[in-house]
Amino acid sequence: MWLTRPLRERSTQLFLGVLFAALAVVTLLHLTMPEDSPFYVSSFTVTLMGKYLCYALLAVAVDLVWGYLGILSLGHGAFFALGGYAMGMYLMRQIGDRGTYGDPILPDFMVFLNWQELPWFWHGFDMAWFAFLMVILAPGLLALVFGFLAFRSRVTGVYLSIITQALTFALMLAFFRNEMGFGGNNGLTDFRDLLGFNLRTDATRLGLFIASGIALAIGYLICRGIVTSKLGRVSVACRDAEARARFLGYRVERVQLFVFVVSAMIAGVAGALYVPQVGIINPSEFSPIFSIEIVVWVALGGRATLYGAVIGAILVNYAKTVFTGVMPDAWLFLLGGLFVLVTVFLPRGIAGLLASRRKKQDEPTDTDSDTGKEATA
Amino acid sequence: MSIIRSLTLLLFAIIMINPAFAQDQNTDSGRALLTNLAEAPASEVEDAIKSIVRSGDERARGWLEAYGANRLSRIKDTGQVVLVLNNRGRDWEIADPLTGENMGEMSRRELDRVAINNRIRGQLEGILAILDLNAADPDVREASARDLMGKVDAALVEPLQAQLETEENAAVRDRIQAALAIYRVGEGDLDAVDELSGSLHPRARAALSEAVRGDNPALAAKARQALAAIEQKLKLNSAAETLYFGLSMGSVLVLAAIGLAITFGVMGVINMAHGELIMLGAYTTWGMQQLLPGQPGLALILSIPAGFMVAATAGIIIERSVIQFLKGRPLETLLATFGISLILQQLVRTVISPQNRTVVTPEWMSGSLVINDALSLTLNRMYVLAFALIVFAGLMLIMRKTRLGLEVRAVTQNRNMARSMGIRATRVDILTFALGSGVAGLAGVALSQLTNVGPNLGQNYIIDSFMVVVFGGVGNLWGTLIAGLSLGTINQLLEPWAGAVLAKIIVLVFIILFIQKRPKGLFPQKGRAAEG
Repeated sequence: MWLTRPLRERSTQLFLGVLFAALAVVTLLHLTMPEDSPFYVSSFTVTLMGKYLCYALLAVAVDLVWGYLGILSLGHGAFFALGGYAMGMYLMRQIGDRGTYGDPILPDFMVFLNWQELPWFWHGFDMAWFAFLMVILAPGLLALVFGFLAFRSRVTGVYLSIITQALTFALMLAFFRNEMGFGGNNGLTDFRDLLGFNLRTDATRLGLFIASGIALAIGYLICRGIVTSKLGRVSVACRDAEARARFLGYRVERVQLFVFVVSAMIAGVAGALYVPQVGIINPSEFSPIFSIEIVVWVALGGRATLYGAVIGAILVNYAKTVFTGVMPDAWLFLLGGLFVLVTVFLPRGIAGLLASRRKKQDEPTDTDSDTGKEATA
Repeated sequence: MSIIRSLTLLLFAIIMINPAFAQDQNTDSGRALLTNLAEAPASEVEDAIKSIVRSGDERARGWLEAYGANRLSRIKDTGQVVLVLNNRGRDWEIADPLTGENMGEMSRRELDRVAINNRIRGQLEGILAILDLNAADPDVREASARDLMGKVDAALVEPLQAQLETEENAAVRDRIQAALAIYRVGEGDLDAVDELSGSLHPRARAALSEAVRGDNPALAAKARQALAAIEQKLKLNSAAETLYFGLSMGSVLVLAAIGLAITFGVMGVINMAHGELIMLGAYTTWGMQQLLPGQPGLALILSIPAGFMVAATAGIIIERSVIQFLKGRPLETLLATFGISLILQQLVRTVISPQNRTVVTPEWMSGSLVINDALSLTLNRMYVLAFALIVFAGLMLIMRKTRLGLEVRAVTQNRNMARSMGIRATRVDILTFALGSGVAGLAGVALSQLTNVGPNLGQNYIIDSFMVVVFGGVGNLWGTLIAGLSLGTINQLLEPWAGAVLAKIIVLVFIILFIQKRPKGLFPQKGRAAEG
């Protein structure tokens, strides 16, 4: 089966081995070490790492479209945020009458805005299965419609990047409006519990961390399964020579659409796991700068490697945590410098460095020079 | 000659003597007038005020204003009337109403406020307006006549009609007539409705709507007719205003995007730091004004070349240090220049301030051009509109008529062929990028007059700028102009019924859909260069 085939690859085994070992070590240290021990992993750190894992999953989704399809999406934050909002709506409904205003149905912000009844799109979110379905369907549907229109009219390259950015910008403006019914500026917050587990307990936080790790593993397997399948080969062909692939009889736009939608769904799941861990979702997740930051994680880690995306996401976000704490002013300099240095001096990212050091040649197409399609586009 | 000279001398003498004259308080008629006002019993206050107005004394306005504001008092001991400058606390600061001389502080117990009742207070505004109607400056006279509209009551009719006979300025006469007509409509005069039918002033409309609701059927019918005509005119005016705002917003978009049309459209470089180059231009204006304090106009004019140079220099640095290494990799260029934009933003935050800076608008740019009561066009927007068109024309000239333009077009169409013909492509790249960046700087100078100058200035325009260029058709300056102006106008047309944010969303979605339909924009490039 396509999903289990990657398990036989050495790189996948290595990746999953490291990931699960890390999950196990953190869990063990968190549970068994006394609090004053230097090896103790606090609940705060567990949540922080859970957040990184969600970002890593998002980066894998972006790498799937950018690395293997040649589509630089500057709007993947939108899919991430949509998944997050779907989860946030479920969590809002779970608050029930424990909110500040004590309304059993309406979330606090609606009571505050003097709304009398629930907007139609909020119905069903009190049921976990429906909400979890929407986590995947909402971003998937947006990607389907947007991708269908864009790929059918062969909007590619820079144009596509710019309109994906416009898309997430438009969504950000829309979600900032109170009238949209998503909490406006403040977004959704003050969550209580998820599937009956109190979100503020350490056990739930650890559970979410492990769930994020497993989601990352599954997301990685799905992406790896796709790129090693025939479909993946075709999508790389679309990346490197779109016109040639089309002339050979492949329906390029269908391949693009499929991969794009899958990637959006994975991003949605990442967003859904992210929201209960940070405890808030607001329109800033739609901001174009966040989407473009994701691309830099991937670029730093190494395009078209998947595991590189994970490395990049974790490294950049760890650096962000450290720097915004120690010297907040320096962070944007560092991030900006990273954009420039990586693109100019490290076009294949950290993964490229590792690969060239080990002279590993078993997947030449994946780590091939990226000048392919864009140069001719 | 000698007559003029002697007259001048006489005038000079009078001016010289006058202060001494005023200081001699016993002969100053103002003293008597004020004492009269202070001593008048309630029934005679009106007459006392009238005699002040009739005296034609230049200081009358100040006295009456102070009177209305409860700041006219009498010293209990001497009976002298004084102006109270500051009536907070126990000791009040007072001044001589005749000379304006500060008389120091005096305990409030020693002062006796000159009483005023509410009926008089209500009339004071009209009385003051009549006072202004006698001012020497026709603009002041017109403004005061405009203030009178809707405030005329029976007591004012007579003095106003007297004013009308002596008034020579046509605009002021029209205003006074309109003010009287509003009063007469209120009294049920049918002819007065005709006089008001052309007026766009809100008070005239209010008077007519009042008449429509009133119980005089003939008057109501006529007023309704007049009102309909006015509404029609108003609609026209508001359409003109929307168009003006739309064009103004469009001109801003054009300015922001036109530099991008050169770097992105002509060179194919995605410069995400374009917005920050705009920001640099705006900050140059601010810096210029700091260097030349007190001369905002001169500073602004000097900022035009300075802003161009600063942004162009920054552009050259960006091109040489980053973009030249990423030739043929547009997506990487996009990322790298985005990084540069972050660095520039943070640089401004660290070096200058994260807060917005104020850029002063010079006097000749502030204010507005009043077309009529319903339509006035702000001058600064008009200047920016004109500036955008001039910049556009200048760029067109450079691209079409100069050696540089020719070389740029040659390199764009076929780089290798151009190089074989002896064109130094690298030099052309640098100059083109400098030109595009410099124009961004110019946009910043203009924008500093319309919006806040802060580190986020550029970020707000970058997406819009790309939209304009893509919508207009890459590599086509005319397309950028038309796209910018039309997007601005569409946005303004949508705003009244959709709100500012929703209008923006609708425009974005419209462009996204438009790109699907016509991926090459409004005016796609034709010929071989398009496939290059």
